[in-house]
Parts: sequence; C-alpha cells; structure tokens
Amino acid sequence: MKKMIETDLLVVGGGAAGLCAAAEAAGAGAKVTVIESDLHPGGQLVKQTHKFFGSKDEYAGTRGYKIAGILLDEISSLGDKVDIRTNTTVTGYYPEEGIFTAMKGEEEYYRIKAKKTVVATGAQERLIPFPNNDLPGVYGAGAVQTLMNVYGVVPGKKVLMVGAGNIGLIVSYQLRQAGVEIAAVVEAMPKIGGYWVHAAKIRRLGIPILLRHTIVEAVGDKVIEGAVIQELDDKFQLIGEPRKIDCDVICMAVGLTPTTELFWQAGAKMQYCPQLCGHVPFRDNTMRTSNPDIWVAGDASGIEEASAAMVEGRIAGHSAAKSLGLNVKEESFKEYWTRLDHLRAGEVGEKIRGGICQVLVDGWEA
Amino acid sequence: MGCTCNSNDKEKLFCSGVLVENRPGAILPPQEAWEQKKGGYVVIECPQRIPCNPCATSCPTGAVKPFKDINDVPEIDYEKCTGCGLCVAKCPGLACFVIDLTYSADEAVIKLPYELEPKPAKGQKVKCLNRVGEEVSEGEVSAVTEPLKDQTTVVSVVIPKKLVGEIRAIKVVC
Ligand SMILES: Cc1cc2nc3c(=O)[nH]c(=O)nc-3n(C[C@H](O)[C@H](O)[C@H](O)COP(=O)(O)OP(=O)(O)OC[C@H]3O[C@@H](n4cnc5c(N)ncnc54)[C@H](O)[C@@H]3O)c2cc1C
Ligand code: SF4
Ligand code: SF4
Repeated sequence: MKKMIETDLLVVGGGAAGLCAAAEAAGAGAKVTVIESDLHPGGQLVKQTHKFFGSKDEYAGTRGYKIAGILLDEISSLGDKVDIRTNTTVTGYYPEEGIFTAMKGEEEYYRIKAKKTVVATGAQERLIPFPNNDLPGVYGAGAVQTLMNVYGVVPGKKVLMVGAGNIGLIVSYQLRQAGVEIAAVVEAMPKIGGYWVHAAKIRRLGIPILLRHTIVEAVGDKVIEGAVIQELDDKFQLIGEPRKIDCDVICMAVGLTPTTELFWQAGAKMQYCPQLCGHVPFRDNTMRTSNPDIWVAGDASGIEEASAAMVEGRIAGHSAAKSLGLNVKEESFKEYWTRLDHLRAGEVGEKIRGGICQVLVDGWEA
Repeated sequence: MGCTCNSNDKEKLFCSGVLVENRPGAILPPQEAWEQKKGGYVVIECPQRIPCNPCATSCPTGAVKPFKDINDVPEIDYEKCTGCGLCVAKCPGLACFVIDLTYSADEAVIKLPYELEPKPAKGQKVKCLNRVGEEVSEGEVSAVTEPLKDQTTVVSVVIPKKLVGEIRAIKVVC
C-alpha cells in the first residue's frame, strides 16, 4: 500500500452532513477530499423521494434527493476545491501517524493524510430478533428504500412494516406509491414515534397502524409467507391471541444507531446516550471531538434529521476551516447555532436536547 | 398538543394518526363565513408541534399566520385566505386542503394533494376516502393541477357537502 494522498480537510461520508461540511470549508478556501462508500454522493438523501420538513434554510418542502443535487451544485460552483471520491470506504485510522486508510472498490487501497477531518459517517440500521428473521424477505427499511428509490425494484407484493417512527411511516408511504400493499404497521409503543402528519397520510390510504403490537415470528419455509403479530401490554408483555398476517415481505424500521468506529479508533471520548441512539463522541459547540483534529457531524453525532445534519456539517466545516488558518465569516457560526436551536425547540426536539446536553462540552483543554 | 394516550378510544385513534376532533393546528373554518366564501378556505390538519413551516412561508397572502417558532402549529387568518391551494401543493405532510362550500346546494369541492399513480383525469369518477381509508362516497374530479411542477398534483373533487368533515383522500380506479 504505497499510494498516499494529502489534503487539508478530509470528510468521511458524503451524506447531508459531509457535503455541507465540504461546501462550507471549501467556500472558505480549503482543499477538501470527500470519501464516500456508495456509488453516488448524497447518503440517505438520495433515497428520500418525499418532501422534507424544516424551514426554507434547510430546503423544506423540497424532496430529499433534490436537496442532494442542490448541495452538489454548490460544491461544483466552488471549482476544483472539492474532490469527491465515491465507491471508496475509509477502513481505518492510525492515530500514531494520523493516517487514514481507504479502499476503492475491492481492489485498490491507499492512505490519506489530512490536516483536519470531519467524520460524517451517518448511521446503521438496527434489527430486532424473532424466530425466522433470517428468511429471505426480511429487510431493513433502508434496504427497501435503496431497492425501490435507487434501483426501481419493488421488494414484494405485501409488506408488514415493523415500527411507526418516521422511517417506518415514510417507507410505508413510498411502498404504497410504488403500488405495494401494506398489510399493517405494527408499533410496540402506545403512540406513533414519527410525525403525526406522516401517520395521517398513510391512515387515510387505509393502512392500519397497530399500536402496542409487535412481530413475534416470521412464517415460511424457504421464503416469507406471513408473520405472526401480537398485542403488548403497558409493560411490553405479550397479551391476547397471536394473529397471522399474510405478507411476503417484513420490513424492519426499528431505529438507527450512529456509525462511530472511526471515533473509537481515534481515541475520541465517547458516551452511550440513549436519546441519541447509541455511543457518540463528546463534542464542543464547534462539533470538535476530544481529538483536536477530528470533528463530527450528522447522524454519526446522534440520530436526528437531515435538516440538523446539514447545519452541523456547516458548523464542523466552518470550524475545521478556521483551525486550518483560513478566513471564515464569524457571523455564520452564530447563525448556524440559531438555526439548530430552532430546529430542536419543539416537542420532538426535546429528546435530542436531553441527549446533547450529556455530550456537549464547554471546550477542550489546549 | 398533549398526547396522553389513556384508554380513551378517541385518544388511541388520534395517537395512531387519525384526527377525531378539532385541536390547535387542526380546526375547521368558521361555518358562516365558510358557506359564503367563493373559492373556499384552507383546512389544515397538523396538530403536532414539529419543526416545519412551508405552509406559512409559501402562502402568498399571509393567511397562514407567520410562525414565531418553527415548531408552531399553523393558525389561519381566514380573511386573507383566497383558497389558491399553494399550501396544498407545498406542505410536506400532505396536511393542507382547500374546501369550497359554494359549489352547489348540496355539493362542495375539496382540493387535495395526490402523489400516487394512476393520476385521475378531469371528469373522472373517483372513490372518496375518510381518514382511515374507508370509501364513503364517489366524487367527480373537476380539476387536476401541478401548481409547483414538483410531482405533487392538486386534485379538485366534487363531493357531498355533508361529508366535508370526513373526506380527506381519493382512490382512483381505472
Ligand atoms: C426514510 C427516511 C426518511 C427521512 N426523512 C427525513 C425528513 O423528512 N427530514 C429530515 O430532516 N431528515 C429525514 N431523514 C433523516 C436524514 O436522511 C438523515 O438524518 C441524514 O441523511 C443524515 O445525514 P448524514 O450525512 O449524517 O448521514 P447519511 O446521509 O447516512 O450519510 C453518511 C454517508 O457516509 C457514508 N459512509 C459511512 N461510513 C463510511 C466510511 N467508513 N467511508 C466512507 N463513507 C462512509 C455512507 O455511505 C453515507 O453515504 C430521513 C431518513 C430516512 C431513512
Ligand atoms: S389556500 Fe392559498 S391563501 Fe389559503 S392558506 Fe393556502 S396558500 Fe394561503
Ligand atoms: S407545512 Fe404542512 S406539515 Fe409543515 S407545519 Fe405546515 S401544515 Fe404542518
């Protein structure tokens, strides 16, 4: 492994957060390299065919995949400052030498030396255990979205959706748009976890949402032929009669957890934080971790939303550019924080606020 | 909005995404003025505080009162609402409708957002669905537009006036 590339700012992950960090830092004059595992930049955004929430500053009312296009346009308007390398995964970090290793496709390996790094690796899907969950036809919601919205393939004819958070609700709607029937959405909690309006829009298409219900078993021999669901009491114990539902796909939308391997390797101070859905690095208000050369942004810093991920990316890019000695607009920093505070002000933001106050530090000792 | 989720059935329905009665952010227009208003008034069903505001920022007349906080639920100044339907097309929650009660003695027109295939055509009969997707009547499509050219069509459907509190979706059958 001889090849080595050098860059001012390395951005790991080309999703909403990473692209914003890259645009912000390159706007201040930094030479930026973005490394993205996928074949296209955009992360989760490219799969989102629905219109986003948020405010105008975060392109609310615009479909997710179009937002990815807007960010890429901003980046290309900055000339050749940003080098986006897709189909490339950052596989490790060696803190002694301050070097990252990357793998393009499955053949080509190289090393990356960066003065500063923003890690915006997003999140991974969680799964829950139940008998037969290894049968073909059990999918994560992310996989279903990729199949449908990136490759134009429907996963089956009739789906049982597990989880009524925003992802479960939105993917149910998208399946319906693709002509797939939804047998039901089951949710263990007594209340939908996602936005009420997302639930209302699938309810009025006749999709049942069964609260306090869970999947107990997948049915089938070689492939999924159905699922058994059952009601839960308020202590999450099974009650009532198990009920069989006909379906050929079971789609799991039971949550995401931050992708944080690189922070562990970098020795960043971490904490488990249930409100942020997993282990996350401590950060100061510039999104800098306890490793002074590494910043975090987006879902990797805690599961939230694209709107917040984009602002966090801006903050991280801004701060990294500043620490590279570049001229940045000081006012922008304040403005970004005002936006974040607004996004987190509501009922839904309460959980996020509770999580962030556990991992936000006043500053790092020099 | 407090979602308390006690054993109350109405509350249970609400917690699964079905509006059961007026709440802040989901209020019907004042009846008398509504019955007179050519072009209709906006009807928004968005009772939860969420960080979202395109209904307010896209309304050309300020009829959706500007939000102080992005998490506010929409509030309407009916005097300003022209029934143009821009918010119907813009709202990412598909939570905005326009209902015109002046169409005829016992019929009204509802403008609703529609993002499924097949698209209905003017003059076509469609099934009208209530908030849980049950077919409650038939209606005739009187217009199909795409105001923002962004793949959300706004469909106008003539429906029985007595069902304006129930019908919130359509099913197109070919
Ligand atoms: C169904 C669904 C609906 C949503 N709806 C909304 C909505 O309406 N409004 C909203 O604001 N948000 C919404 N979101 C959330 C939003 O998509 C995410 O919060 C946002 O995309 C997070 O951005 P990110 O850049 O942190 O992560 P991602 O978009 O996940 O990007 C991370 C990227 O990093 C890459 N990567 C990871 N590890 C490596 C590595 N080692 N090397 C190289 N690349 C790597 C990944 O391939 C990925 O492309 C939705 C999400 C889903 C799944
Ligand atoms: S219908 Fe038109 S005027 Fe009325 S609230 Fe909507 S956008 Fe505003
Ligand atoms: S745009 Fe729609 S979802 Fe957003 S606040 Fe307004 S009514 Fe609610």
